[in-house]
Amino acid sequence: MKELLAQFNKAFESKARLRIMSVLLVNESLSFNALKDLLQLTDGNLSTHLRALEDAGYVLVSKQFIGRKPNTTYAATDAGRQAFTDHLNALEEFIKGLGE
Amino acid sequence: MRMHETHEHLQTLTEIRSLMERSSKFLSLSGLSGISAGLIALIGAGAAYMRLKTDWTTLLSYDRSQLIDPDTRQDLLRFLLTDGILVLVLALAAGVFFTMQKARRQGQTVWNSASKRLLTALFIPLTAGGVFCLGMIYHGQIWLVFPATLIFYGLALLNASRYTVRDLHYLGIFETGLGLLSVFWTGYNLFTWAIGFGVLHILYGTIMYLKYDLNERTARTV
Repeated sequence: MKELLAQFNKAFESKARLRIMSVLLVNESLSFNALKDLLQLTDGNLSTHLRALEDAGYVLVSKQFIGRKPNTTYAATDAGRQAFTDHLNALEEFIKGLGE
Repeated sequence: MRMHETHEHLQTLTEIRSLMERSSKFLSLSGLSGISAGLIALIGAGAAYMRLKTDWTTLLSYDRSQLIDPDTRQDLLRFLLTDGILVLVLALAAGVFFTMQKARRQGQTVWNSASKRLLTALFIPLTAGGVFCLGMIYHGQIWLVFPATLIFYGLALLNASRYTVRDLHYLGIFETGLGLLSVFWTGYNLFTWAIGFGVLHILYGTIMYLKYDLNERTARTV
């Protein structure tokens, strides 16, 4: 049991981060507003979590301009995809282990 | 304690799965959209039939179109184009209306990255088909426009089905197949068109309504 828990990723301790990663995994990239709509998070909350994921190297941030309006999009990195999958697998194992 | 924790993890997994689906696919397409589009298409096909006052089977067939004189031909063409565009616009409007209603009921937005992707996937083949049909009209191959609209529409649905419910895939296959059949079954162009855009839409819409919309509505009242 202890070993399994060790695989639980610290970066995903917060459920919000796990949710952010899950939508970034199935979408090539999403804008800040699209993420906000999907996840129903406040601006401050979302940007804090996004920064944490960026620092962990799981999310790639790209800033460009559409006309004069800045547009920031977020995408999952390969490391982020791997970490998310590992975390989900660990979660699944954990639940299976308890069921037995 | 353990039970509680398991339950929480399970809930997280369920939520993640739903988020992944919801964010990548547009799931608010309403069955009623299909039914209304089908009814409108049938009315349009009925109008064309009345206007031409011939029987279903020989109507607009390849063989017959050779016999019509140029003036009648122009007149006919104008009527069919207006009829077709009216059907398209009304069917789209009804489709958008019912889909917006469903999205509102689900508490979801209509204009999001999933619906944008769905529309892009749908409209690229559809626009290509539309331009191709205009080209055929320009070259006087009116009867071929009927199978061509079915084929391009079917392929557009196949392409778009990646971004919504899987069932759209099968509608796409049927429409394309029917269009191809119609190319060789030259005497029945308006008939196959009415089957493809009318009957198939109504069938598909009814199945969707029973499979998704009705469940959701009853779940809400229970």
